[in-house]
Amino acid sequence: MADRAFQVARLPGFNTIAIMVFVMLYLPIGLLVLFSFNAGPSVAIWEGFSLQWYPKAWGNEQVRDATIRSLIIASSAALISTTLATMAALGTTRRKRSPGQTMIYVMINQPLMVPEIVTAVALLIFFASIKVATGYQGLGYLIAAHSAFCIPFAYLPIRARLEGMDLTLETAAADLYATPWQTFRHVTLPLLMPGIIAGMMLAFITSLDDVVISLFVKSAGQETLPTYMLGQIRRNITVEVNAISTLLLGLTVIMLTVFFLLTRKQD
Amino acid sequence: MNVNSQPDIRSEAIAVDVDRVSKIFGGEPPVTALDDVSVAIRQNEFFTLLGPSGCGKTTLLRLIAGFEPPTSGSLRLGGRDISRLPPNKRPINTVFQNYALFPHMSVAANIAFGLQMLGKPKAEVRDTVDEMLKLVQMEALKNRRTSEISGGQQQRVALARALAPHPEVLLLDEPLSALDYKLRKEMQIELKRLQGETGITFIFVTHDQEEALTMSDRIAVMNAGKILQVGPPREIYNRPVNRFVADFIGETNFLTGTAQGDAVRISSGHMIAVPLDGRTGDVTLTVRPEQVRLCPVDQDGALHAEISDLVYFGTDTHCHLALKDGTQIVARLQSLPTGEVGYMRGQAVGLRFEPGAVQVVGA
Repeated sequence: MADRAFQVARLPGFNTIAIMVFVMLYLPIGLLVLFSFNAGPSVAIWEGFSLQWYPKAWGNEQVRDATIRSLIIASSAALISTTLATMAALGTTRRKRSPGQTMIYVMINQPLMVPEIVTAVALLIFFASIKVATGYQGLGYLIAAHSAFCIPFAYLPIRARLEGMDLTLETAAADLYATPWQTFRHVTLPLLMPGIIAGMMLAFITSLDDVVISLFVKSAGQETLPTYMLGQIRRNITVEVNAISTLLLGLTVIMLTVFFLLTRKQD
Repeated sequence: MNVNSQPDIRSEAIAVDVDRVSKIFGGEPPVTALDDVSVAIRQNEFFTLLGPSGCGKTTLLRLIAGFEPPTSGSLRLGGRDISRLPPNKRPINTVFQNYALFPHMSVAANIAFGLQMLGKPKAEVRDTVDEMLKLVQMEALKNRRTSEISGGQQQRVALARALAPHPEVLLLDEPLSALDYKLRKEMQIELKRLQGETGITFIFVTHDQEEALTMSDRIAVMNAGKILQVGPPREIYNRPVNRFVADFIGETNFLTGTAQGDAVRISSGHMIAVPLDGRTGDVTLTVRPEQVRLCPVDQDGALHAEISDLVYFGTDTHCHLALKDGTQIVARLQSLPTGEVGYMRGQAVGLRFEPGAVQVVGA
């Protein structure tokens, strides 16, 4: 009588609710993508199909600057945070459980717990005093801030992968004359790769669409793509923003697909 | 009494010398996994560590491999102290219980791993890998991923990988326990063949006494962190030093009694003649079921018993006998072509023991 078991899918109204949730999730995004192909200048009134907003957006020097800046920050932050997260994951899983373990997890995942606005204000004040002391105004502040809040996003998939890994594989490598470094290089790292790639992509995307911390930390003239879009929308809503959003969405979908294909081959 | 001190051990070359090794795992409370263990494993022998789970056999293996340091005592390999060497510096390889094959590498790459880490030239690595693939009959699957081959095939790859660097000693940690019965029988013969062909010392860990008896040159029986007896399979089976060894290896009967001169008066009142080696007082005797014979009740010197049960096992039938004080004895009788043994439950019979079959195993 296994079919007597409780099944959510059999409850009345399940299908209706499920469909509504999907509509709520995807309808606005669908409309945004649709209107990026609008021939007219409105984000609400359809006037025919056109690709004109894409070259227009790219022709805008401010958009181009912001895009390049965003990509530099996101790549640097993804690289730095993933490296640190990998070390943190190795450090927290490859040791005997200790009473302070939970505390360490909480501290590593701090950006997930602390409200973003608090971190933003704290960084603003902290960086302001460094700016005064050193006179440095560059992108370093944004990269440092993004690296910091991206760490938990990179850390979680890497740690999950490490915890699922069979430790006897490393013992076997040592038994077969591999030094600790060779064991890491030839066994641990290749097996960890899907986790590292997943972590890096999550960090990249998280950094790419951050608004709050970027707004507080950036110096004058350091618009990132999201802060630029926010500024635009405050003045007047243009289809240019739809086009940029669609491209960002496309980038995310491509990255997720690549990741999916990569990990499927691995396992 | 202890067969450890046989003189011929010293005359043969020793591969691994375990000298008064103890291993205590910290924690609350600390666990003594090995308690002052000494054993000398000869070169080119198939040596088995046999015991129930938790007896310390795997810990001893891990100490020899270098995965754990001993708490005290020393380990020597060919006379050289290796107690403090890391595993990658010991010319010893292991076949793991779960095989531990590298899932991101092909069969051939797994076998090549040890040789590559030793920095062998490419041509030599390739030749040795081919030779190993042939040895374990896996040539056809060399480019497969290890996740795409069966358990028995993984077992062969694990063996080939551990043998490829031609270690001085091969450690095998219950490698057959995950295989089904038929495959296990095949691999037992295979392992024995490989050991003969390669001339490498094998140290084999198992809790399966039948496996130990079939394959080993010598067996060390372990319990509670100690080695109780070391010797060839026949000696372990027929001359157990104590009750635990007698009970753990095969099936056996125990009889309690009191020493009286050259014989023992057992609880049922019967006198049984056994070599007592000067023992007095209460003793325990052991006799294997296949050494117990049934005979007519009135035969001279026969013990009187009644058949309480007959259990059919295929090739033989276990005949459960009760002496007049209730002491239970099992006799193993060969089944007749009809499947019967010619006796019935409740029948009064005589029983006797084969000469030399009864052993004293202590109080």
